[in-house]
Amino acid sequence: MLSLGGVGAKSTKPSFVSYVTPEEIKLEKEPPKKEIHPDLLPGEVEFCSANPILKYTQDDLSQRGIFGTLFCTNFRITFISDEISQEETTKTFKNKLYGENDIPLMCVDHIYGVYDEKRKLITGGLVKNKYPSKMIFHCKDLRVFQFCLTYTKEEDAKRIFHGIAHHCLEEKSLKCVFAFSYTGTPSPEMQRKRETILFDSPEDWTQEMKRTKANCRLVTENENFDLSQRLPKYFVIPSALGDLFSYQGKGFPIWCWSHHSGCALFKASLPPVTQEDGDIQKHVDIMINAVAHNYLYSAKTEDLSESLPTIQDIQQSYNKFKQFFLIENSTDFWLSDMKWFSSLESSGWLDIIRQCLQKAVEVVECLEKENTNVLITEEDGTDLCCVISSLVQIMLDPYYRTLMGFQSLVQKEWVAGCHSFLDRCNHLHQKDKECHSPVFLLFLECVWQLVQQHSPAFQFSETYLTVLSDSVHVPVFSTFLFNSPHHRESVMKAESPLAQSSQLSCPTVWDWSVQFDSKAQNFFFNPLYSEKVKNERAVRKPHKLKHQRQLSLPSTAFKTPFKKGFFKDETESLKKMLRVKRLSRWIGSPDSSAAISREFYESWQQRPLDYHGLLLPCLDGLAVRVWMQRYLRWIPEVHILGGGSMAVITKIMDLLSQVQDLKRVLEHSRDSSQAAKLDHSPYIQHRLLSFGSSGRLSSSFPFSFSRNQSFKPIIPTGLMQCLMVTDSLASQEDEASSFVSLV
Amino acid sequence: MEKQQHSSGSESPVLPPVPRKPRSLGGVIPAPRQDSVDLPDSPTGSHVEWCKQLIAATISSQISGGSVPPEAITREYKVGKKIDFKVSRRTNLRQAFKDVRRQAPMDEVPLVPGETVKTTVKDVMYICPFTGAVTGTLTVTDYKLYFVSLERDAPYILDVNLGAISRLETISVQSLGENTSGMEIVCKDMRSQRFAYKKEEQSNLEILEVLTKYAFPLSNELSLFAFQYKEQFPEDGWKVYDPVSEYKRMGLPNESWTISKINSNYEVCDTYPALLVTPTSIKEDEIKRVASFRVKHRIPVLSWIHPETQATIVRCSQPMVGPTDRRCKEDEHYLQTIIDANAQSHKLTIFDARQSIVAENHKAKDGGFENENFYSNMDLNFLDIPNIHVMRESLRKLKEVVYPTIDEPHWHSAIDATHWLQYIRLLLAGAVKIADKVESSKSSVVVHCSDGWDRTAQLTSLSMLMLDSYYRTLRGFQVLLEKEWISFGHKFAARVGHGDENHANSERSPLFVQFIDCVWQMMRQFPTAFEFNELFLITILDHLYSCLFGTFLYNSEQERVENEVNSKTVSLWSYVNSQPEDFTNPFYVDYENHVLYPVASLRHLELWVGYYVRWNPRMRPQMPVHQNLKELLYLRAELQRKVEELQKEASSSHSISSSSEHAYSPSNGGTPLHTSV
Repeated sequence: MLSLGGVGAKSTKPSFVSYVTPEEIKLEKEPPKKEIHPDLLPGEVEFCSANPILKYTQDDLSQRGIFGTLFCTNFRITFISDEISQEETTKTFKNKLYGENDIPLMCVDHIYGVYDEKRKLITGGLVKNKYPSKMIFHCKDLRVFQFCLTYTKEEDAKRIFHGIAHHCLEEKSLKCVFAFSYTGTPSPEMQRKRETILFDSPEDWTQEMKRTKANCRLVTENENFDLSQRLPKYFVIPSALGDLFSYQGKGFPIWCWSHHSGCALFKASLPPVTQEDGDIQKHVDIMINAVAHNYLYSAKTEDLSESLPTIQDIQQSYNKFKQFFLIENSTDFWLSDMKWFSSLESSGWLDIIRQCLQKAVEVVECLEKENTNVLITEEDGTDLCCVISSLVQIMLDPYYRTLMGFQSLVQKEWVAGCHSFLDRCNHLHQKDKECHSPVFLLFLECVWQLVQQHSPAFQFSETYLTVLSDSVHVPVFSTFLFNSPHHRESVMKAESPLAQSSQLSCPTVWDWSVQFDSKAQNFFFNPLYSEKVKNERAVRKPHKLKHQRQLSLPSTAFKTPFKKGFFKDETESLKKMLRVKRLSRWIGSPDSSAAISREFYESWQQRPLDYHGLLLPCLDGLAVRVWMQRYLRWIPEVHILGGGSMAVITKIMDLLSQVQDLKRVLEHSRDSSQAAKLDHSPYIQHRLLSFGSSGRLSSSFPFSFSRNQSFKPIIPTGLMQCLMVTDSLASQEDEASSFVSLV
Repeated sequence: MEKQQHSSGSESPVLPPVPRKPRSLGGVIPAPRQDSVDLPDSPTGSHVEWCKQLIAATISSQISGGSVPPEAITREYKVGKKIDFKVSRRTNLRQAFKDVRRQAPMDEVPLVPGETVKTTVKDVMYICPFTGAVTGTLTVTDYKLYFVSLERDAPYILDVNLGAISRLETISVQSLGENTSGMEIVCKDMRSQRFAYKKEEQSNLEILEVLTKYAFPLSNELSLFAFQYKEQFPEDGWKVYDPVSEYKRMGLPNESWTISKINSNYEVCDTYPALLVTPTSIKEDEIKRVASFRVKHRIPVLSWIHPETQATIVRCSQPMVGPTDRRCKEDEHYLQTIIDANAQSHKLTIFDARQSIVAENHKAKDGGFENENFYSNMDLNFLDIPNIHVMRESLRKLKEVVYPTIDEPHWHSAIDATHWLQYIRLLLAGAVKIADKVESSKSSVVVHCSDGWDRTAQLTSLSMLMLDSYYRTLRGFQVLLEKEWISFGHKFAARVGHGDENHANSERSPLFVQFIDCVWQMMRQFPTAFEFNELFLITILDHLYSCLFGTFLYNSEQERVENEVNSKTVSLWSYVNSQPEDFTNPFYVDYENHVLYPVASLRHLELWVGYYVRWNPRMRPQMPVHQNLKELLYLRAELQRKVEELQKEASSSHSISSSSEHAYSPSNGGTPLHTSV
């Protein structure tokens, strides 16, 4: 194949050409001899540093490097450039805790070392050996950093390498997590009144029951975790359930949410298998009876560990999936671009998302269409149960689609609900791989699909979800640091036995002002959110009928005549079902169940869309997508300059502000004549933003910026490799000449 | 169109055509909308309807924030806007239309002016792959096939333009009984329909014959329906493109380039337009010698010139180098003149769209490519784009993947295996390279493939779209198509096979569809950069096949002149420009001189579900936020108007309340409802 005019230089790999030679650095390095130090957070301690370190930059096509100093502190690895950078100041979406050259220690996923051109994964064992010429960091927020150690003095390089490897890779104790050293004071900005409900007090639960008109019982017996350490401090159970003290607190149906018809969603862990078979069966019967008793004597159970992938599957699939986005150089990128769709499919990640949403839709159908109680079970009841129950609530209850509602939901189902964040996120770099799994991320992925499909129904934006997914790995917040409320409380007590007040120096992640100023927080709001016109309650109105209907025959698939022998029949059939593990119409091949819920989806689709009513995801074909913002934001090759959804948002913002202005003018003139009382929509005013009408923001905005706003296009290489021709295009040689005119 | 109609309702649609007042665009739905675009059961129609539902929802919420009671504003919308969006009034309309529906018999076939019914058959069963079989009445006109079933709660309507039919086949439907015949219609627009009907009745035997006759009029000595279509539009689409004024917009002629009339009788090149832009210094006889060296005499001519750098995009066909490496001094000189015309660069880049191996093979067949030893200062660049046959095959595979059923678990790899998106990526990448050469290197480029009417048109028009924001407007895009595709002789008739029954003709290829897909991909990447919307692109593709408009008929300008297309048929742009509000993108921000470089990575490319999979009701496209904003724009306009009004009122010291009441009065000026029924 002919290359460009045969101008020689068959550089198939256009990587790292124009790096500055060491001689040049020496020259440049002489004048600034003064010490540079990072701005430390309160409580942050510097461990070690090394200079000069070459950081490879990816964000423009001429791959160059920046020289600077690399630090390792008890919070992060940070790189400070020798050049003074101006971008930092202009950035609108700046994280106050860590900048673009900071990697919180908890955020480090893998470190690779390049030894003699060979890339090796650094593990504890390798640390003893000589230091690599290059360190490559893969972060949990999908950033990739590459630092070159060859220009550094040997002992410095060794020290920083060992320091980083030690603090990032060695298994450590929870006490070493930065959150316990952090002494930042909660900012005064934080408004107390519109705060997220944390579900750490009986009032929160009572309030939630009242809001959903639930007919259940609040349990306060676990206040001191006497019942179980794996149960929330306070929780709600069906009122018909009496005995609380069997099976170490396992196997309770815990109330999640009540539908306006009166039926409710419960979740439960499975009772321990050591018990005798009969005992279990008896317990299960009691459990299901209690759930069924809640409303119309009907219940369905679903064992999620039977029908959904295991947490190990999830972990494996995500590991495959994330590799497509941890891109180290352009060549790799274009190579992986070839079989993009097939690789996506082979990772199975999108399919797992689809399965979770599908399951949630099935549960929604039971609640919404058949009005039966639903009990979802799982070994621990704190992984997929959390995913499914939260998704169900988002689909059914518009409150959870608001920012505060969503945060409260995460508190209710995940934080108070005993999801083992510490183990699942592997914050402590434990070697035991069994319990790691991005379950919470999976949930956020599912929510993103909903947000993406029904954007006007959500008050929060995808940027919010992306930031939330990053915040899991910021070791400042207590929210995602523990395995359960009990764990949290015991650790907190042990840490600060003295004053009760000082233990609260760990802020909750919901105090966004710790990370972002109020201007940046505006990005969390969806400008297209269609707010409820008047009374949000209107939707939940028609359930006064509930009590009368309770006496009539149930209209569900689970009909059983209400007569004397009812309970026996009921339990008998329930027992059978539990053995089969799937109930009524869930029996049978997954295909048929998919077909039935498809019917449900289609009938929903036929109705006019109400953003404040039931919301179902479309799960066909390409409808389940890749969360572009989260996964592609750091890859310069796919940044669309002047395009992407940000272009749209900018336009909407502009328009909204114009509409606001006009309204204000209108009101003003009205006021002056009529003195009419005006009910101003507070949100729109809050969110008014001006990005400047440059129109040249990149699609990765607000996360990463193209440094030199060059209008140079990204030209793919090796286009035909996957098709039929093997030789790649060598087309970029003479384009270097055009650079001068550009910059 | 295989979607059951929503009982919840849709306003314009299923109505039989009632006498309309021509030209009052406000409420009247122009005819074409009824048959192909806005029919609620047509995907585009339902899409529009769906968009509207969303907007209705949005507007109410937006309004709620304001000071005016929602009811008042909604009503005002009905009155206030001349070109009403038909959204705000839909609640009332729905009721009204229900009444109308009851009055009009549902099985009456809506006809466009000039359309006549050819045959009607009762008790035909349509075997819908999505919702099962339905029985109803099948009508064949000279323009469409129309099937209505009243079996279900909501009338079921299937509407297929005969122009979209690729082939007709009898199929075996034994299972439905001895006396039943089956018929399968395979369409060019990614769907197929199956019908079953009783054999005995004499009239039924005709269905297939009648259908064949009118679906393939050219094979049956009939004329295309476009010549019968008699709709009148307030806009004349034939006036959209005037080569001289378009060249003038680019600053031509100038000292280096001239608008030449050398081809005014199509004597130099019968597939080129009458007016060509050639280098001023090249003499007529030189041009003729160059023409004899280029395949099909398609000499290098200017397509686009950069307003600042004078770098040009020049298109042509391959040189006839042949196995002996023939040279043509005039051709070499011609290209050198193109370099000289651009003071900014002393180089010329030739983009050969083909794969180098293929180009090499063409040498043996008297074709070939410019030899860099003979053409000094030139770079030759192969863009590796496969030929029309590969593309046809790719789209055929794609249809297998998306119609009628989708293999969910293997959807992604199935799409991968069609290579359709990889080819889209190649095209975009090629166009980006061309645009970058012109913009960044400021050097002129020559683009050719083999004949210079397929891949060349794709590449030049895409790069022009990237470079010139004018082509991203609704009008500008029409000009672009008229210029680069229609006037420069993309063989629409051969590639689409209008009215021709030879479905296996290897000349057919979906190159234009592929180009529109690329435009759609660009639109997705730059949602604010285009003045037109997705509906516009789908409308173009629908009428590429429909033969309703004369726009895409015939292979060249010469043929169109001979057949008097401009005087005897209606232009698609007449329809589009008579109701531009339906086709505009509310997000549009004029980027002016910004060059758009789409990212040619599969990560940013996506299958155009809204077009390829639109027949599948389950794949109803998710609501693009787009339409949402339209209402916001209206809201702004309304508020603006009100502010002005108030200011006026205030200045004349009238009571504001009385004035606003007046403005909201629903009785004001006759509701649009009446005009549209």
